Amino acid sequence: MDDSYPHPTPAPAQALAPGEVRLSQARVGDRGVIGAVGAPDAQGRGGLDAQELERRLLELGFVEGASLEVIHEGAIGHDPIAVRLDDMRVALRRKDAVDIVLRLTPEAAQ
Amino acid sequence: MSTATARIALVGNPNSGKTALFNALTGSHQKVANYAGVTVEKKEGTITTASGRTVSVLDLPGTYSLRARSPDEAVTRDAILGQLKGETPPDVVVCVADATNLRLVLRLILELRQVGRPMVLALNMFDIAQRQGLRIDLEGLARDIGAPIVTTVATRKRGIEDLVAQIEAKVEALAATGALESANTWHEPSPAEIRQAHAEAQRLMKAHVRPAERPDTLTGKIDGVLLHPVAGLAILLSLLFVMFQAVFAWAGPLMDGIEGGIGALGGLVATVLPDGLLQSLIVDGLIAGVGSVLVFLPQILILFLFIILLEDFGYMARAAFLMDRIMGGAGLHGRAFIPLLSSFACAIPGVMATRVIDSKRDRLTTIMVAPLMTCSARIPVYTLIIAAFIPNETVWGFASLQGLVMFGLYVAGITSALAISFIARRLFWRGQVEPFLMELPTYKMPDAKSVLRNLWQRAAIFMNRAGRIILPLMVLIWVLSTFPYPPEGATGPAIDYSFAGQLGHLIHPLFAPIGFNWQMTVALIPGMAAREVAVGALGTVYAVANAEEQVGTLAGALSADWSLAMGLAFLTWYVFAPQCAPTLAVVKRETNSWLWPTVMFAYMITLAYLAAMGVYHGAVALGWG
Ligand SMILES: Nc1nc2c(ncn2[C@@H]2O[C@H](COP(=O)(O)OP(=O)(O)O)[C@@H](O)[C@H]2O)c(=O)[nH]1
Ligand SMILES: [Mg+2]
Repeated sequence: MDDSYPHPTPAPAQALAPGEVRLSQARVGDRGVIGAVGAPDAQGRGGLDAQELERRLLELGFVEGASLEVIHEGAIGHDPIAVRLDDMRVALRRKDAVDIVLRLTPEAAQ
Repeated sequence: MSTATARIALVGNPNSGKTALFNALTGSHQKVANYAGVTVEKKEGTITTASGRTVSVLDLPGTYSLRARSPDEAVTRDAILGQLKGETPPDVVVCVADATNLRLVLRLILELRQVGRPMVLALNMFDIAQRQGLRIDLEGLARDIGAPIVTTVATRKRGIEDLVAQIEAKVEALAATGALESANTWHEPSPAEIRQAHAEAQRLMKAHVRPAERPDTLTGKIDGVLLHPVAGLAILLSLLFVMFQAVFAWAGPLMDGIEGGIGALGGLVATVLPDGLLQSLIVDGLIAGVGSVLVFLPQILILFLFIILLEDFGYMARAAFLMDRIMGGAGLHGRAFIPLLSSFACAIPGVMATRVIDSKRDRLTTIMVAPLMTCSARIPVYTLIIAAFIPNETVWGFASLQGLVMFGLYVAGITSALAISFIARRLFWRGQVEPFLMELPTYKMPDAKSVLRNLWQRAAIFMNRAGRIILPLMVLIWVLSTFPYPPEGATGPAIDYSFAGQLGHLIHPLFAPIGFNWQMTVALIPGMAAREVAVGALGTVYAVANAEEQVGTLAGALSADWSLAMGLAFLTWYVFAPQCAPTLAVVKRETNSWLWPTVMFAYMITLAYLAAMGVYHGAVALGWG
């Protein structure tokens, strides 16, 4: 990927730090704090531009620092997932969760 | 001053209790209409304050942001900003918040502050907040957001008087100064601005809200079962089964009663009015027309009752979650599940229910395939043809062959709907997949009174809309099938000589390749009013009086005249054909364009033609010609 691409928003780290996982890859029971929300490499993904997806995620409360736990997943392909996000519950597809980086709390990270 | 009625609007996140609060405020003084030019329902009501002032109240669709994503949310934004066609902006904005879920609404409040309208915050569901031991510093919070706060329990009408008093104070202040609290500085927030607002909301939470001492654990426990990958799907399927059982079995006696009543009314009018044109218009056109709408009311009421109960309980979002992958495989949104479900009763409420889908493309796909779901108007046609051609046998030792064919027709409808949306997605809207982001609300016991009120309102909307479309169509079709009269000494049935008959004969060559005889094509024309009308029309052409009650006699006449291949071709035609002008009219209304009903008509009729042709020739090849 082109590193000189201008990032309009705080970008998730390209390589995840230890103890970090993309929400799209998280399993039921994973919990922690949202480390980053952003979609620098998602230009045009899913028919929405990256900023639009980012804004929708933000508006629903996926914001850096919010606590999150994956509580359920669908029967087929473990998709979609349901998460506890601060005091509320939200359902989303894994595909739309790629740009959310979850910083696992130590006891949850194996 | 203040002679003009003051106007207020209720805004808030979905499921915060806006509608419950609206009902508590306005009681029975409300009406449901449409916004000019858009098809979003507009709920308006009035309150009379202690001092005798009249205030009109608007219940706006729920939203997380003034940045609109769906037609519903656009209405909320435009109403607040005063950009709605034919509407003035509200004098006071009442923000309704779920006290147990404040974070997101605090961010919305910050957006609302930018608009500059006077605001009151209704802190609803305060009963639940107290039960959970949630501590909120009301004074501090009110100071920080710059708006008075009133705690309410909408379902028990607590705090309503206080709220009205606060609203009135704001209205009076506005009337006295004639100026807004501040200028409108709202603009679509950028991601950075949303983050900033979240940080501010977070600060407000930290400063004024102490976490619940006894947070809700029930929702998590229920979800453990209802969202379980296996048990959850099994429960959903059982619920659907019970729902269908109810729609088709419980509604039966009521529908028979309504049919009987309409028949009796027609008979009564026929004895009072002299024979002739007027009698025919009133009995065969108007009364039969109203009857054809009314007869579906029991099914639609039962269906709506289930949907409202499941919505209020908080289950519908879970159903969308469970179905998302299955629907998504066909390129549909999880939320398309509810409209498609409604379409099993009738495509009209189904098409109307697609408003919950944010994305225009997803909504259009759902609208396009909704009429492929087997609506109850097809059942009389299916029953007739099955009775005529499918032997009443038991196969595999337990299953009725007739029942299996009926089931097969349902499956054909569902699979073709999924296939069509899959193809549409692949061909026309490639790569355009909207995100699926949805709050799963906490479970709540539905409130009986508000369920009944909601049921009544939805039924009224359906009757109003369907009646307005179906009645004129019925009259038109009556004219087509009545005029001109048969010539003196004519021997065939009168309809044969009418415009409908002539049209049927005219288009018959087109239908010969799919095995239809002219009686079938003649029946298709009145059958455009509603699918089940075809049964009566076949009765007319085969001179079976009262065909709806004499299904056996008519089935006998059909099996004597048609081959099995013809019967199967006719069944296949009814699975796919756009034999319902009211549905097309509703699609025109909902999409605000003739394009989509045209597309729908074209693709459905092509599909019906090709499928019926394939079935006919296949059956002939098997020796069933
Ligand atoms: N316990 C309790 N339930 C409420 C209250 N207000 C609304 N509800 C329930 O919350 C659910 C959602 O309310 P509704 O008015 O449909 O929310 P809307 O989506 O904002 O219009 C319904 O089941 C209501 O009966 C309240 O103050 N207390
Ligand atoms: Mg509502």
